[in-house]
Amino acid sequence: MINSNEIIDDIANKEYEFGFTTDIEMDIAPPGLNEDIIRFISAKKNEPEWLLEWRLKGFQAFKKLKFPKWQHFELPELDLQALSYYAAPKKKKQLNSLDEVDPELLATFEKLGIPLNEQKALTGVAVDAVFDSVSVATTFKGKLKEMGVIFCSFGEAVQEYPELVKKYLGTVVPHSDNIFAALNSAVFSDGSFVYIPKGVRCPMELSTYFRINAQNTGQFERTLIVADDNSYVSYLEGCTAPMRDENQLHAAVVEIVALDHAEVKYSTVQNWYPGDKDGKGGIYNFVTKRGICKGQSSKISWTQVETGSAITWKYPSVILQGDHSEGEFYSVAVVRNKQIADTGTKIHHIGKGTRSRIISKGISAGHGDNSYRGLVSVGPRAENARNFTQCDSLLIGNQCGSHTFPYIESRNKTAMIEHEATTSKIGEDQIFYLNARGIDSEKAVALIVNGYVKEVLNQLPMEFAVEAQKLLSITLEGSVG
Amino acid sequence: MLTIKNLHAEVEGKKILKGINLEINKGEMHAIMGPNGSGKSSLASVLAGRDNYTVTEGEVWFNGKNLLDMSPEDRAREGVFLAFQYPVEIPGVSNINFLKTAVNEVRNYKGLPPMEAKEFLKLTKEKQQLVDFNTNLMNRSLNEGFSGGEKKRNEIFQLAMLNPSLAILDETDSGLDIDALRIVSNGVNKLRDEEKSFVVITHYQRLLEYIVPDFVHVLYNGRIIKTGTKELALELEEKGYDWLKETEHEKESV
Repeated sequence: MINSNEIIDDIANKEYEFGFTTDIEMDIAPPGLNEDIIRFISAKKNEPEWLLEWRLKGFQAFKKLKFPKWQHFELPELDLQALSYYAAPKKKKQLNSLDEVDPELLATFEKLGIPLNEQKALTGVAVDAVFDSVSVATTFKGKLKEMGVIFCSFGEAVQEYPELVKKYLGTVVPHSDNIFAALNSAVFSDGSFVYIPKGVRCPMELSTYFRINAQNTGQFERTLIVADDNSYVSYLEGCTAPMRDENQLHAAVVEIVALDHAEVKYSTVQNWYPGDKDGKGGIYNFVTKRGICKGQSSKISWTQVETGSAITWKYPSVILQGDHSEGEFYSVAVVRNKQIADTGTKIHHIGKGTRSRIISKGISAGHGDNSYRGLVSVGPRAENARNFTQCDSLLIGNQCGSHTFPYIESRNKTAMIEHEATTSKIGEDQIFYLNARGIDSEKAVALIVNGYVKEVLNQLPMEFAVEAQKLLSITLEGSVG
Repeated sequence: MLTIKNLHAEVEGKKILKGINLEINKGEMHAIMGPNGSGKSSLASVLAGRDNYTVTEGEVWFNGKNLLDMSPEDRAREGVFLAFQYPVEIPGVSNINFLKTAVNEVRNYKGLPPMEAKEFLKLTKEKQQLVDFNTNLMNRSLNEGFSGGEKKRNEIFQLAMLNPSLAILDETDSGLDIDALRIVSNGVNKLRDEEKSFVVITHYQRLLEYIVPDFVHVLYNGRIIKTGTKELALELEEKGYDWLKETEHEKESV
C-alpha cells in the first residue's frame, strides 16, 4: 500500500518536462555589462538615437540603484558582469514568412506544443515566439493588419512604428523604476509590441511564447501593449527553458496602457525551469509588470499561473488613474522542491469610483516557500474606491512555507477595502476519504488542487485553462488539475 | 462474501483488535455494538485500509480476494464502502464533480468507459430522490459547511451512487436527531437488497429500531464476545454492556 506521504513526495519531486536544449548557431555578445555593450545591442538592432539615449539613461539609473532587501527570501548573489546580454539565432535577418525561420527553431516550438505554422494554427491564436532574446516569428500578422491591430516584435515596432513606441515606452514602468527594470531598459533585446486601434475588438488571442535556450544569457524582453479608446485585447504569455546547472536571470518588463473604455486581459502561464530537487539551476524570474488604466472606465486584468522558476519575484500591478476604471489580479503560484515565490500585486486607486479585485491562490509543496505580498492604496481623490482581496494558501506536506504580507493604505474615507485570507492543508484524512471512494492519492491531490484554483483558471482563455490545468497536474499531480 | 479470520491490529503500537472472527454472507445486515473504545471504528478503518493501522495477524477475504493486500482505493473499487463517522470537508471540490470522479474511477477499474453526462445526471437524480438528498447540496463543495445530518445523508447518497457490495456504516447515527435518523435509515433500507451486505456499527440500539439487523455482535476489548439476533440489541439496551463485560472478565480470569 502506498501511503499518501510517498505520493506527496513523489509529486513534489517530479521531473521538468521541457528541459531540452536546441542546437542552433547563435550570435552571442561577450559577457559583461557596460556602455559599449548597450551601444552594441542598439546598433545590432539598428535603433534610432533616442532609443539609445533612453537605454543609456536606464544604465545610469541601474548603476545608482541597489538590490532590494525587503523580499522574503535571500537574494542569491548575481554576477551581472558574467552574463551575456545579447543572444540571437544567427540566421536572424528580416523574416518575411515562416518559411524563412530555421527549421530547428520551428521544431523546438513544435515540441513545446506551439504551432507557428499558420495553417496548423486552428486555435485562432496569433503567436509571437521569442527564442532567447529575439522574436523569431509572429503568426497571423496579415489578418490582424487588416483590422489595424499591430502585433509584432518590439524591434520591428521600433523600426515601423517609432512614434507609437516613443510615445508610450517607459510611461508605465520608468527606466529608473527598480534595479531590474533599469537593467532591462538598458539592455532589453526584444519582446512584443501590441497596439489596438480605437474601437477595435481584437478578434483573436494574442500570444507570446518565450523560450530561453542559450547558456549564461540573461533574458530581457520588453512588452508594450497599448489599447486605444473602446478597444479590447486578450494577451497570453507562455514560458519555458531548458535545464541548466546554473541559474539564469530573466528580467522582463511589461507595460500596458488602457485608454478610455479599453480593456486588456493579460494572462501568463509561467513554466520556466525550476531547478532540480535541491534547487540547483532554474530561472530567476524577476519581472516588472505594470498596467495603467489611463482612460475612464478602462480595465486591466492580470491572470497568472506560476509553476516554474527557481525564484519567482513579481507584482503585476495596476494604476487606476481613469475614473471608474477597474483592475484585477488573479494568481496561482505553485512552489515545490526548493522553489521560492514572492509574488502578488499593487493596485493604486487614483480615480473616482475605481474598483479592484485580487484573488491569490498559493500552493506550497516539498520545501517550497510561497509569499503573497500585496498593496492596495487609495489616494485622496479616489472617492468610493472599492477593493476586494482574497488570499488563500494551500500546504501539501509539512516542510513547506507560506506567508502573506498584505499592505493597505487608504487616504479616502469613502473607500471600502475587504481582505479575506485562508490557509489550509491537504490532510491525510482528506486523501483517505477520497481513497475510500476509489480515487487514488495522486488523483485525490489533483482534485483538491483543481478545486482550489478553479476561480483563477476560469479567468484564462479556454485552451490556456486546459494547458494550465495539465501543467498543474504535471507539477503537483492532483492539487491543481 | 466477507470472511475475517483472527484479525489483530494495532495503532501506534497499541493493540486495538485482538482476534476478530466474522463471516458475512450476501444480503445480510450485521450490527456491531459495543461500548466506547471497544474497537468498533477501528475495525471499520482496518477494513477500509486506513494506513495508520497495522494488521499484525489474521486474514480478511472479500469475494475470494485478499482484502488486506489491496490499497484503499482498490478496496473501494472492489465494492467495499465505508460511510465515515466524521466525513471530511473538501473545499473547492464540488460534490457532483467528486461523485463523477469516484463513479468513473470504479467503472474504469472494471474496464467500463466513463459514464455519459446524461446518464450520470439521471442516476444522480434517481438516487437523490431515493435517499431524500437535497439538490442544493449537489453543487456545493464536498461537505463544506454541511450540518452534521447533511454530512451523514451525503454518505448514504454516495453509498447509493456507488452501489457497493459491502457497506460499512460507522456510527452513522451519531449526532443525528430523530428525524434525520429516520431519513438516513429509510435510505439504507431502500438500498438493502439480496446482493448487498451491510455492517452497521452503532453505540445505541435506537438505530436498530429502524434498520433491523439479521445478526448483532458485541465487540469488547478488541474481540467479538457475543453474537445474537436483534433481540440481543434489546437486551443490551436494557442491561447495558456491564453484564457482558463481567462474564468476559470471569472467562479471562479462569
